[in-house]
Amino acid sequence: MSAVAFAPVSARRRRVDKLARGLVALLTGVALVPLALILYYLVKQGIGAISWSFFTTDPTGAFLGDPGGIKSAILGTVLMVGLATAVAVPVGVGVAIWLVEFGRGSKLAHAVRYFIDVMTGVPSIVFGLFVYITLVIAGVGGSSFAGWKGSTALALLMLPIVTRSAEVVLLLVPDALREASYALGAPRWKTVFRIVLPTALPGIVTGVLLAIARAAGETAPLLFTAAVVNATAFDYNDRMNSLPALIFQNVGQAQDRLVTIAWGAALTLVAMILMLTLLARLIQRRSRLS
Amino acid sequence: MEAGTIASAGERRSALHRSPAARLPDRALKWGLTALSVGVIALIGFFFVKLILESRPVFGQVGIVHFLFSADWVPSRALYGALPLLAGTLISSAIALVLGIPVAVATALYVTELAPRRVRGPLTVVIDLLAAVPSVVYGLWGFFFLIPKLQPAERWFADTFSFVPFVGGTVTGPNYFVAGLILAIMILPIASAISREVIATVPREHKEAALALGATRWETIRMAVLPYARGGIAGGAMLGLGRAIGETIAVTLVIGNANAIGHSFFQQGYTLAAVIANEFGEAASDPLHRASLIAAGLVLFVLTLAVNAVARVFVVRAERGRVPSPGGGPLAGAGGRNAGLPTGGVPISGAAA
Repeated sequence: MSAVAFAPVSARRRRVDKLARGLVALLTGVALVPLALILYYLVKQGIGAISWSFFTTDPTGAFLGDPGGIKSAILGTVLMVGLATAVAVPVGVGVAIWLVEFGRGSKLAHAVRYFIDVMTGVPSIVFGLFVYITLVIAGVGGSSFAGWKGSTALALLMLPIVTRSAEVVLLLVPDALREASYALGAPRWKTVFRIVLPTALPGIVTGVLLAIARAAGETAPLLFTAAVVNATAFDYNDRMNSLPALIFQNVGQAQDRLVTIAWGAALTLVAMILMLTLLARLIQRRSRLS
Repeated sequence: MEAGTIASAGERRSALHRSPAARLPDRALKWGLTALSVGVIALIGFFFVKLILESRPVFGQVGIVHFLFSADWVPSRALYGALPLLAGTLISSAIALVLGIPVAVATALYVTELAPRRVRGPLTVVIDLLAAVPSVVYGLWGFFFLIPKLQPAERWFADTFSFVPFVGGTVTGPNYFVAGLILAIMILPIASAISREVIATVPREHKEAALALGATRWETIRMAVLPYARGGIAGGAMLGLGRAIGETIAVTLVIGNANAIGHSFFQQGYTLAAVIANEFGEAASDPLHRASLIAAGLVLFVLTLAVNAVARVFVVRAERGRVPSPGGGPLAGAGGRNAGLPTGGVPISGAAA
């Protein structure tokens, strides 16, 4: 085997190759810079705010003096995202089951899938606007801004994420499992609930966790559905605070202590969301499907 | 059902027949879920109709053309021309695409084609983590870090290249460029993920053919990988654009919220989403103002709808052209190689010429 058989790569082509590959690697490095900077600044600025009382007291709303903690924001986020999850998950998984088990290939299924896709693309602020004009202005439930209205907006946001991820996993469940179940005489509903869903469960949980992570970080739809308050509320018909809304409000304040609170709250929020995301990936990796 | 295994017709009936009561759960499940799915369509329909109905007052008052193309947005004098908002949305999103997409494609290329195998997984996870950072945190970081740190560089750039259109002139802290940069970072994960998926579908035979013809790694990427993945990459970019157009909080914090179109990329602006977030509070008491904000939401909705529809076309087309890779080692069977080349749609000879 002699090298003569191949046209030698000219020095110019070799240089171009090296340069282009270097550029691609460099741009990849550039892509990592923002994440590193954001995490560094979050920890640097936020760690100072964090203490036991930071998590156990409500914001005071005082411009001067003690700004308090972020208890109401954490609880509000957990409560609103919790309610939104309780609504969006059954509906979203239900629609996914219908798409895969009942509507497969039908015209209606195409339409439903299309509208779910449309929902995925709708900006979150437009969902907030929709809830604002249908529920807040109309004063449904005897309140203007309320926690459950914030949850509604978040649920609208989560629904397409849950449905699409659940659909993908349900499609991965082998038909042989369903056929085996039918052959044993199991009715359809039993097949769905005892065979298909348990098999797809890890994947569905992953999708749900990612949807929760997304909803927990949303600010825009909460601003004009649940508003921003200081006190902790457990009544869904009350205004509820949330971490993203609190951060947004505090950024605009020309007061260092309030800004520090915002960094602390941001650090808390990102830590919560990163944990959810990593948990989702862990479950995904251990799933037998996909 | 074969009757062979069952003794008589009567017995078969008793073995397989299910009473109407026993079939009830099945029917309930089927129709319940169908109703749920139809409900989703109805909800989106209601959503759209509601937005149109609620924004009608402003379209009736100022007219749809005036609303879209007049440049005066002064709610206190009942002037509602959304052009500065529309322009701000488009300018910041365009900057995001120009800055973000090359980087996203580069990361996708690096992860799928060039990186050592053991860093691929971790690198993917790290890039995907960018998607986990909430919008408001990007805004917080942009407001307190990016704006002050970037200003000297922006000022130098604006002075040095002032002969380029839309570059020279005064530089404000919050501006289109900072908003576009933040958006570029925010759309990076989705554009990168989709590019990665599409690049991964490029048949191994195409790359091997290019390499066998003596192409360098970069020439292989340029001649075999990129042409094949072009459609999918465009789709990913469009999906990113859809995200950028609708992004609210981060942009609100860094674009300056000025009701006029800035004269350069380094001046303040406003976007459709930001105006909704900022003004809904004061608009509660003024029906026309409220209607105009809802109209801004409607424009935003239609804009993202159109962009996403185009993105879908691209992505679907890219997926249809996909050839299942034989999945063998570097010495995959000749059958797979033959199956891959003619249907792939990328004429290697033409690309190499």
